[in-house]
Amino acid sequence: MKLVAEKRQTSSKLFRFSAPLISILVALFVAGFLLLAAGVSPLQAYLEIIKEALGSTYGLSETLVKTTPLIFASLGVSLAFRMQIWNIGAEGQIYMGACGATAVALFSGLENHVMMITAMFLAAFLCGGAWAGVAGILRARWRVNEVIVTLLMNYIAILAVDYLIYGPWKDPKGFNFPLTAQFSDAARLTEYFNTRLHSGFFLALVCALVLYLFMERTVWGYEIKVIGSNPKAAQYAGMRTGLAIFAVLFLSGAIAGIAGFSEVAGLQHRLQHGISPGYGYTAIIIAWLAKRSALGVVIVSFLMGVLLVGGDSLQLSWQLPVAFVYAFQGLILFFLLASEFFIQNRVRLVRGTSHD
Amino acid sequence: MTDLLQVKNIRKTFPGVVALDDISLSIAPGEIHTLLGENGAGKSTLMNVLTGLYRPDCGEICFDGEPVSFGSPRDSLAMGIGMVHQHFMLVPAHSVFENILLALDKIPNFYSRKQYQQKIQQVLDDFELDLDLDAPVWSLSIGAQQWIELIKLLIRDCRLLILDEPTAVLTPQESARLFRVLTRLRDQGKSILFISHKMREVMEISDRVTVLKKGRSLTTLARGSYDQGRLASLMIGEDQVPEWEKAPCQDERLALEIRNLSVRNDRGLSDLDNFTMKLQRGQVLGVAGIAGNGQKALAEVLTGLADASSGKILADDGQDITNSTARSSYIAGIAHIPEDRKSIGIAPDMTVDDNLIMKSFTSPAFRRGIFQDRAAIRNNAAEKIEQFAIKAGPTGNPVRYLSGGNIQKVIIARELSEQPSVLVALYPTRGLDIGSAEYVHKVIVDGAKQGMSTILISEDLDELLKLSDQIVVMFRGRLAGCVDPRSTTREEIGLLMSGEVQT
Repeated sequence: MKLVAEKRQTSSKLFRFSAPLISILVALFVAGFLLLAAGVSPLQAYLEIIKEALGSTYGLSETLVKTTPLIFASLGVSLAFRMQIWNIGAEGQIYMGACGATAVALFSGLENHVMMITAMFLAAFLCGGAWAGVAGILRARWRVNEVIVTLLMNYIAILAVDYLIYGPWKDPKGFNFPLTAQFSDAARLTEYFNTRLHSGFFLALVCALVLYLFMERTVWGYEIKVIGSNPKAAQYAGMRTGLAIFAVLFLSGAIAGIAGFSEVAGLQHRLQHGISPGYGYTAIIIAWLAKRSALGVVIVSFLMGVLLVGGDSLQLSWQLPVAFVYAFQGLILFFLLASEFFIQNRVRLVRGTSHD
Repeated sequence: MTDLLQVKNIRKTFPGVVALDDISLSIAPGEIHTLLGENGAGKSTLMNVLTGLYRPDCGEICFDGEPVSFGSPRDSLAMGIGMVHQHFMLVPAHSVFENILLALDKIPNFYSRKQYQQKIQQVLDDFELDLDLDAPVWSLSIGAQQWIELIKLLIRDCRLLILDEPTAVLTPQESARLFRVLTRLRDQGKSILFISHKMREVMEISDRVTVLKKGRSLTTLARGSYDQGRLASLMIGEDQVPEWEKAPCQDERLALEIRNLSVRNDRGLSDLDNFTMKLQRGQVLGVAGIAGNGQKALAEVLTGLADASSGKILADDGQDITNSTARSSYIAGIAHIPEDRKSIGIAPDMTVDDNLIMKSFTSPAFRRGIFQDRAAIRNNAAEKIEQFAIKAGPTGNPVRYLSGGNIQKVIIARELSEQPSVLVALYPTRGLDIGSAEYVHKVIVDGAKQGMSTILISEDLDELLKLSDQIVVMFRGRLAGCVDPRSTTREEIGLLMSGEVQT
């Protein structure tokens, strides 16, 4: 008796759409054992997550605050995924975006709020884009694998930011802490409801809508989809695939860079160490879970936001390490990849040793 | 002496296709036996049956007089049947030694490297081969890589060696060397099943030849009882020449001219060699030839996928478009039905609607500014689906769910939508059912009436004889001859295809 996997001719639509949900449920189940091992009741912990993240104005606003950078970064990553380009470097692009926005905030001397914010936004957009654009040029010109380049450039970006805040950009009045000076009021996004929720969140929603329209309605989106589906056919139809690869990676990085802008202008009001606790990596999971849709990115980012905020409260109430949240994210991705296999293949138990 | 391998009445079907109808074949020890047949005659399927990749639906395989059944390639390899595939099964980053070691079973966990190296070296010396065992495989030439594949089989003491078009990737010198080794192997008592398209090699090396056609083994001939002409006509078939269907082309004006064109491939060999032809307006020019004789390079250079190394392509107004910037725009006006539909013809995950505009998506008809005009795209699709009778399934269906014939119709509909002046069609009816094939023929004939010129590259002589105003025959990238379909014979074309004669 043995297990045999065979390719499915067609995959069920229902299964395809429910697979991410099932993956999350299975991940919840398995993570339950981790909680048990830590001496925590899984059910209580999950209830606590939901209560903390959604049960109060404060909790909800915090969840949206965490959701914001996730949406930007995941939109960037998913855009590249559409063309079968794997941008693993959203983390570094967030740092570079934050860096660009900070440079404008600290040194441009602009006093008008709108002009300042616009300039910061553009700086973040260009810095994030340029950072990913390096991988784009290497890939388009010399077929250098973009996974390696984008991944390794994360470390460069994070260390470059560290250099700036420990060195030239350090706040002279900051008691030698590795921080830049606080931004002027002109360089801060509006906050709402007396919480930390800032206009970056709404910008993220607009960005998702724009990206949706870009992919589904424009000529360029069409081109990206054709190249993603079959690069050879695209070339044969006269599309310039090299240029498209660069453009998409640039745009992907630029959108991730906006997350950096929104973090420094909306939340932290200065550049400091660890401005992103791995949003760029979580974005990869989100982009996978959301498949191809911008709306999916928004929803999944929100779920991840819930998990992050709820996970924080687990740390407080049960002294669970933050590693639990990352382990949970890892489990989701793991089961999601596994579900991909079951969508593509039918698995049967076969009796005897026949080879048919 | 009993035969080493006997294949009796093998049949193998795939959903909707009979790949092998009725194949019988026997191979004696110490024999070089050649399989000859057009593409699609069933050679590859038969190989895959013999090496255990496919199981036949019915029929019998006897090895050494015993009936055998192979569940996997491992089983047939254990019996002593080894194959050198057209696409090598090597690990490029590993050394020659490591690759050869992979072929061996039962290597102890702590093996003596020296002992195995000696063993391999002995085989190399035996055949006077010079290979650096420590070199990584990727650094070796294609010819050397093929030697590794062969040594992998020799070191296992395989008794039957199957070589799938081994000379396709070799220079003439390398081929000659391979033949010397094969002849020696035969003299040592090994059996070799050799697959080739190249008539001269077949003549040179075979002890016996079995001709396959449409999944059947037609006949087996021993050396001396065949010549190139006989084999060619067997391969192609001797049925009646079909009725010529098309009104003759009257227009004297040129649509396209190719002068002394050469195309070199990655390995520096000439795929197209000093090739010259003229295409009149409204003419259907058939291109015949055994696969791999430059047809693909011809199509690629005309559609902008390959560059010419010398020679000229002239447009209808006599303008040289070989390498000028005008080339891309002129080529954009050449419609192309590619050989490999699924790999370059379509974007499989996208809808039929989207695939139908792949070449004209920037046209103002399908866009409003930067936005696509979805309604126009849908209307275009609805129109094409009706006009070309495409069974497209529900709206929004990805094109990969369509059958081969319908995918071909999608490609044709798209390629013909811009009223091209020239159509380059590669094997446009290969793998299609009769109805769809008829439809493709009709499209070509109708196009010709409206002044579209077609370069029809095909292996199906019936198709060529039925549709063409003129047939050019290619051999080794050169023009072997040019015949009039109304007065030629199959035999004449067959001889030209085999390179035996030139007109």
